[in-house]
Amino acid sequence: MQYTKAILISLGTISLIWALNRSWGSIPAFAPLLSPFVGFWQNAESVNNADEEITLEGTKAPITVIFDDLAIPHVFAQNDADAYFAQGYLTARDRLWQMEFQTHAAAGRISELVGDKALELDRYNRRLGMGFGAEKAVKEMLADPRTREAIESYTAGINAYINQLSPSSYPLEYKLLGYAPESWQPIKCAYFLKYMSGVLALGADDLNMSNVLKKYGTVVTNDLFPDYPFREDPIIPTGTKWDFAPVKIPAVPANSQTDTKPLAMRWPEHDPAIGSNNWAVGPQKSATGYPILANDPHLTLSLPSIWYQIQLVTPTMNVYGASMPGSPGVIIGFNKQIAWGVTNVGADVLDFYQIRFKDASRREYWHDNKWKPVTRRLEMIKVKGQPDVIDTVLYTHHGPIMYEVGQRPFASNVPVGYAARWIAHEASNDLLTYYLLDRAKNHDDYRKALSSYSAPAQNFVFADIAKDIAISPNGRFPLKWKDQGKFLLDGTNPAHDWQGWIPAAQNPHVKNPPRGFVSSANQSSTDPTYPYYINWQFGSYERGTRINQRLTAMKNATPDSLRVLQNDNRNVRAADALPVFLPHIREKDLSDAQAKALTIIKKWQYNNDIAEIGPTIFTEWMRQYMDGVWKDDFPGNDSTTLRYPSFDRTLQLAEKDSASHWFDDLTTPAKETIGQVLTKSFQSTVDSLTRRHGPLGESWQWSKHKATRIGHLARLDALSALNVQIGGGAGIVNATTERTGPSWRMVVALGTTPKAYGVYPGGQSGNPGSPYYLNMLETWRTGRLNELLFLQTAQDKNPRLKRKLTLK
Amino acid sequence: MIELVLIAILSLLAQLFLPWWSLAIVAFGVCFWRSSGSGRAFLSGFLGVALVWLIYALLIQLRTDGVFVGRMSELLFKTNTSVLPALVACLLGGLVGGLAGLSGYFVKQATRAQPISRTASRSR
Repeated sequence: MQYTKAILISLGTISLIWALNRSWGSIPAFAPLLSPFVGFWQNAESVNNADEEITLEGTKAPITVIFDDLAIPHVFAQNDADAYFAQGYLTARDRLWQMEFQTHAAAGRISELVGDKALELDRYNRRLGMGFGAEKAVKEMLADPRTREAIESYTAGINAYINQLSPSSYPLEYKLLGYAPESWQPIKCAYFLKYMSGVLALGADDLNMSNVLKKYGTVVTNDLFPDYPFREDPIIPTGTKWDFAPVKIPAVPANSQTDTKPLAMRWPEHDPAIGSNNWAVGPQKSATGYPILANDPHLTLSLPSIWYQIQLVTPTMNVYGASMPGSPGVIIGFNKQIAWGVTNVGADVLDFYQIRFKDASRREYWHDNKWKPVTRRLEMIKVKGQPDVIDTVLYTHHGPIMYEVGQRPFASNVPVGYAARWIAHEASNDLLTYYLLDRAKNHDDYRKALSSYSAPAQNFVFADIAKDIAISPNGRFPLKWKDQGKFLLDGTNPAHDWQGWIPAAQNPHVKNPPRGFVSSANQSSTDPTYPYYINWQFGSYERGTRINQRLTAMKNATPDSLRVLQNDNRNVRAADALPVFLPHIREKDLSDAQAKALTIIKKWQYNNDIAEIGPTIFTEWMRQYMDGVWKDDFPGNDSTTLRYPSFDRTLQLAEKDSASHWFDDLTTPAKETIGQVLTKSFQSTVDSLTRRHGPLGESWQWSKHKATRIGHLARLDALSALNVQIGGGAGIVNATTERTGPSWRMVVALGTTPKAYGVYPGGQSGNPGSPYYLNMLETWRTGRLNELLFLQTAQDKNPRLKRKLTLK
Repeated sequence: MIELVLIAILSLLAQLFLPWWSLAIVAFGVCFWRSSGSGRAFLSGFLGVALVWLIYALLIQLRTDGVFVGRMSELLFKTNTSVLPALVACLLGGLVGGLAGLSGYFVKQATRAQPISRTASRSR
């Protein structure tokens, strides 16, 4: 009896401990998580301004790090290796989980952490050739002694931090997901850069366009999907002379189109909200006579913050700016002589080739009238709690065949039997560009730095203290015949291959244009006089047009004028479209509520400010109007996906050809007109908004409707910033949409010492338990910037400098 | 009372260096060593651990602002109640401590009762 009791109670206690010590599905191990000794409590931080000294293996000389009141580190090292070591150490200290999670995602290793629910996602990233590309990239980066030193020191710094950790000091997310950090490897830096290429250079409409072509033929396709928009204000100002003799451009082959069966593919189309703004005003427009530069890259907003501010001072450089956790050096920033920034180009650098195999064994494929061998790459996917999965991917010289006939593609239908040719598969040392920019002193250095850059192609804006300003849509651009890759390509025909590259020196660029400023907002890189084909579609014209209007008018610019422009909420699309559309509305057909909404739209000043109702109605209306015009003509289904013409083309139709047959709804016997489509879509917009928000009133206000969300990377709402009240929107200079927006805003005024300002929606720390996790959000939301402290020596005095860390 | 104080102090020291479940070994050991009844064993194990967990958690919560603990409450319990995490933590730790103390007591009873039970089984 005594035995039984003793055994039962003891066993019960042990079982309880066991049950509390392990995770159950997505429920974390409760006891270690709740224990104040090792659990999340240990991640709670308070403001600490005490100096520190840490002894680490791997430094060459003592490194001094000064932290300011926003916990931004200013690193003073006696050599470059130590600076990158410190950057690795400090970034890991603030962002280790984020760095590792993003590189795990790119490497297709999420299943290791969360089990088989991520298996298809992992398979997708691997089949895309992320590993294939990263392996090539890391070889290039390690082949150059400069980037080798940066990568290896950065890696050593990260590992020095990881080696200090014990389970109680793991970042919170490891405790929640129940795993431990692994040591950092140089290839992870390459994975990070591939991850960015995946975010910025992976959009493709090739298959949708092929399906459109199949349905409507060349004339209609060219008419509705033109290679240059109706309204446009390109990055390189119209009229700029090309100062080079172009190389020979491949001729368009006789059979430039593949004989494709209509195929379903919901490839992630280019997301128009992922774009960016940058510009620089020249001396004639600036109050000080020195250039001022601004940049705000728009990405899917996430927490921990996408960027990590840092200042790196060594005998070879003194650079300040935004770095990306996972990559050494500064990506967007300034030094004493220059400032630079980037926006995405959106070049057509992903194409799909139809592959013809010899037989079912898929060991050879037909190309250039020969059978060529297929290589196989084995992808070993570890899955939490299950045996490893081995996935075999077939590679042709074009690239990997993402899904073979008979395979079920990830989540939606990716083209089966097609090889993906993607710029991120090329060996390149993109890091070198940033390494050189961090140290650049003038326009020549900037041009040299850009020449080694490959992907994701960026519009690099530049300004320096010699009062030069410049911009260049820059990257490695395949030398293509016109429209090569607008549609699917034929993998058997060598004329369809990428045939070399546009020479880097002939990438579009302009220096000190007569208008006194340079700018980009993802619109067309050039006007149609540029001899090469980069893409047939770019980001739409609105932001670029607005920025150029404002900069044209600007005189005596100060950093504040540029800050105000970054927060500009003018809705150019509405200003262009409403005067065209409103006269077509049949007001007598509207209900009282609809008429009230129309009055609001009519009175609206085209500003996407927080409390406006106009943008809510306009945005929803235009979405429904696009469906109203095109849904019947381009009906997508499971076997064939199509796409609509652009908004620009649709607006042009209303202006130039308002009686067009495209306005007729083919699904009804009656013949509809533009007025009917506009009225009907307006009515249903008001009805659906009423259903969603109740009767017209405060609940319809733009920021409430938009409810901008900055989500935590692990999709945990409790660690996210939800329902952030801010204006702006897609196509607005203040490009804050529901999920995307300015991930970093920077303004730099050059001069004897540069004056710089910046902010991101989050904070320096990635730890949700830190007071620096979200402390910049309110500054960002209200459109203000923090001054960036550009220190000259570790002894500089400033009331905002709070503490010192010595790494030995 | 001595048991409770001993469990509190020793489990605190153990958890500074060892995994969280070392608290169970401490409670077990102390109650094995001495305890005057099953109820008291459970109570001293429960309170000894719960008090340490509660006080330590509250100290951290007061030292940092409550925002983070609120977020964790939201994450774990779907309600932003800043006292909940500390409360649940101390109940959980207490439960394990109490049961471990109870186990210690009963195992002690069993081993002490050994000769008697052997006799009993022989006589059966």
